[in-house]
Amino acid sequence: MHPAPSVIIFTTFSGLGFGLLFWLGIDPTPPTGWVAFVFWLIAYAMAVGGLLSSTFHLGRPERFLKAFSQWRSSWLSREGIAAVTTLVAMGLYGLGLVFYGTAWQPLGALGALGALATVFTTSMIYTQMKTIPRWNMNLTPAMFMSYALAGGALLKGNIEMAIPLLAIAGVVQVFTWVMGDKAFENSGTTMATATGLGSIGSVRAFEPPHTGTNYLMREFIHVVGRKHSQKLRIIGVALGIVIPVVLLLLPIGHLIALIAVASHIAGVLASRWLFFAEAEHVVGLYYGKR
Amino acid sequence: MTTLPNLTQKKLGLVIDLDTCVGCHACVISCKGWNTENYGAPLSDQNAYGADNSGTFLNRVHSFEVQPTGDEAAAQLIHFPKSCLHCEDAPCVTVCPTGASYKREEDGIVLVNEQDCIGCGLCAWACPYGARELDQAEGVMKKCTLCVDRIYNENLEEVDRIPSCVRTCPSGARHFGDLGDENSDVSKLVAERGGMDLMPEQGTKPVNKYLPPRPKDELPEFDVLAPFLEPVAQEAKGFLGWLDKTLEKL
Repeated sequence: MHPAPSVIIFTTFSGLGFGLLFWLGIDPTPPTGWVAFVFWLIAYAMAVGGLLSSTFHLGRPERFLKAFSQWRSSWLSREGIAAVTTLVAMGLYGLGLVFYGTAWQPLGALGALGALATVFTTSMIYTQMKTIPRWNMNLTPAMFMSYALAGGALLKGNIEMAIPLLAIAGVVQVFTWVMGDKAFENSGTTMATATGLGSIGSVRAFEPPHTGTNYLMREFIHVVGRKHSQKLRIIGVALGIVIPVVLLLLPIGHLIALIAVASHIAGVLASRWLFFAEAEHVVGLYYGKR
Repeated sequence: MTTLPNLTQKKLGLVIDLDTCVGCHACVISCKGWNTENYGAPLSDQNAYGADNSGTFLNRVHSFEVQPTGDEAAAQLIHFPKSCLHCEDAPCVTVCPTGASYKREEDGIVLVNEQDCIGCGLCAWACPYGARELDQAEGVMKKCTLCVDRIYNENLEEVDRIPSCVRTCPSGARHFGDLGDENSDVSKLVAERGGMDLMPEQGTKPVNKYLPPRPKDELPEFDVLAPFLEPVAQEAKGFLGWLDKTLEKL
């Protein structure tokens, strides 16, 4: 798959933002006043910024309102509804905390639930794709959820939760890669089934339909991005998981926390790049490519 | 709603004969010609006369080489036209967030209402066959309409009320009809020739069927005396014979 910056930024930052909103929503002693204002600013900058970034890959972004209509069948539509519900609920909850110093707990609980639902629905957009075997497994939502919860706890400064959750996210991420590497073979889709010609003999792509490239090849066949995948996996886990955990075990200050957060974001960005770049769409088989 | 109809009254679709397709790409051109000036937005080209040109097509012809296994049979070249298969269980329809993609209850044709399309591209991701392409000029998804603006069009001669690709094909490799009616010509053809689904494991239940190439016949021995004739000398003689022996000794 083409690792478009808009979707990498979207999944990384909206995951972190909604993760932070979850922890803010369930906090029994939430911050108030200016401290609450800063927390909400960070969470909304990431969540809304990520969502806005995702609109850059739309061909007709001005019609985005229509995307809220098909919640009965479409995960993308469900995601939109979950995101807006969460942002409204948590916005009102934040309003109470910042300006009135009161916690309207039911709104916080609704927002926290909505934040989880938003990350889950985002992950299901990818998980539902049978055409992309690497994504089409239960580990994909587990990976998105564990990153969002760990990153959110890290941003919230909830150290005792952040350390184990980061470790869990790291384990889930490694399993996702190990299982993902076998997913295409296990899917059973080959050039033989794609062309139906396998009963005659071994099939080879002889000539593509055209001399140039096309939308399908640009979108679905992206070989360059996978070149350094092993190195990027190590970088992703080191920056995203190992360094933040080590820093959190040190006596913590604001500067160290900031470095831990920056390292985590860089690591998640590297992992998300691989999430798209390594994903192989079955349509590549018609071009003799993966 | 972008949910799929439980049952469609008809299953209109194409049957493509891989045995007779000669790979001339006439269907590609006629498809682009008809559809760029009829249903919906035109099929744009980018940098059409430059070095890296590309454009939107609803039908593309691949060519595959198949090497039969087991014996020393010659490789076969098979031309392979590919367009929307109008699947019964179309994954492209259910992923659509706006309701722009839909499958018609009356005839099973999968269409895009371009006024509702936000160009998110998710339906193209969900299609295993590469049947949908996002038009780069219009920002909306384009796909085969089974020439819905021809097949019911009473302004056209009756002979023309079939998809443009079928009307154009010079080798008779493309057939159009109702695959839900087991007595239709296309259904009989599929039954007779062992018509197949592409990527059946994806669970899309395609309506369009592909007829596999017929088995190659073998050249019969045309001279009854041939087996009794003296075999052609296998041993090299003269200069080549000397060279063969000398090289053998080295």
